[in-house]
Amino acid sequence: MLPSSYYLALSAVLFTIGALGVLIRRNPLIMFMSIELMLNAANLAFIAFARDLRTLDGHIFVFIVMTVAAAEVAVGLGIIISIFRQKGDVNVDDLNIMKG
Amino acid sequence: MTAELVIFIILSVVAVAAAIAVVSAKNPVYAVVFLVTNFFALAMFYLVLSAQFIAFLQILVYAGAIMVLFLFVVMVLNMTGAIEAVQDKLPAQKWVALALAVVGLVEAGAIVATGVFARPASAKPLPADFGYVAPVGHELFFYYLLPFEATSVLLLIAIVGSIVIARRSVE
Repeated sequence: MLPSSYYLALSAVLFTIGALGVLIRRNPLIMFMSIELMLNAANLAFIAFARDLRTLDGHIFVFIVMTVAAAEVAVGLGIIISIFRQKGDVNVDDLNIMKG
Repeated sequence: MTAELVIFIILSVVAVAAAIAVVSAKNPVYAVVFLVTNFFALAMFYLVLSAQFIAFLQILVYAGAIMVLFLFVVMVLNMTGAIEAVQDKLPAQKWVALALAVVGLVEAGAIVATGVFARPASAKPLPADFGYVAPVGHELFFYYLLPFEATSVLLLIAIVGSIVIARRSVE
């Protein structure tokens, strides 16, 4: 049985790649997908620890995280579509109406 | 070189390569497909880690519903071709992000390598039906009933919210 530190290292790598995607890319859909990548990296850490501690709490957490991610994707993509309808093009750098 | 290590190496190469491809894809449709690949690799990881129910949920919900939703939006926004690179307002932030990511990775690797997360192989063996539907369902409905009901309210909010946000304004 592999020690859970292997899975934690992989979770850290995936999380970092997702964070890089959010910071580097300017396309909102790719940024959204990078956020999903980060959520999945956290899920992997939860499952690895659940197996380590022999409890199912980690599985329940992952269940809730998946539900929250689904809800967030639905609302977020709705926002992107409504911005597209109003502005004709989605460029995250131009969405600065709320800037002080 | 146990079987689990071989599986881990193969799956992690696939998962990390797919993740890098998602982040660097020029065509959003390619990015969606690479992310689905990553989710499948993660589902295999969950199977290895005795999380069978979560593995199937991963494929059903994440790869099957959420990514299909992404694909719909890619089609609606007509981003199916290679998107032209948008000029970044702060071009230097790419390199700062890359440097910080390398620093963060090295730090995470150092923390994991110190062995603080290593624990001796647990004395208790894994229960025979550890990640199956019945034990997870029991746990969910006996000990996590309130969060479960709260997430159902959350889903209702998400449904109503996304309809209200994305509908055409009533003229």
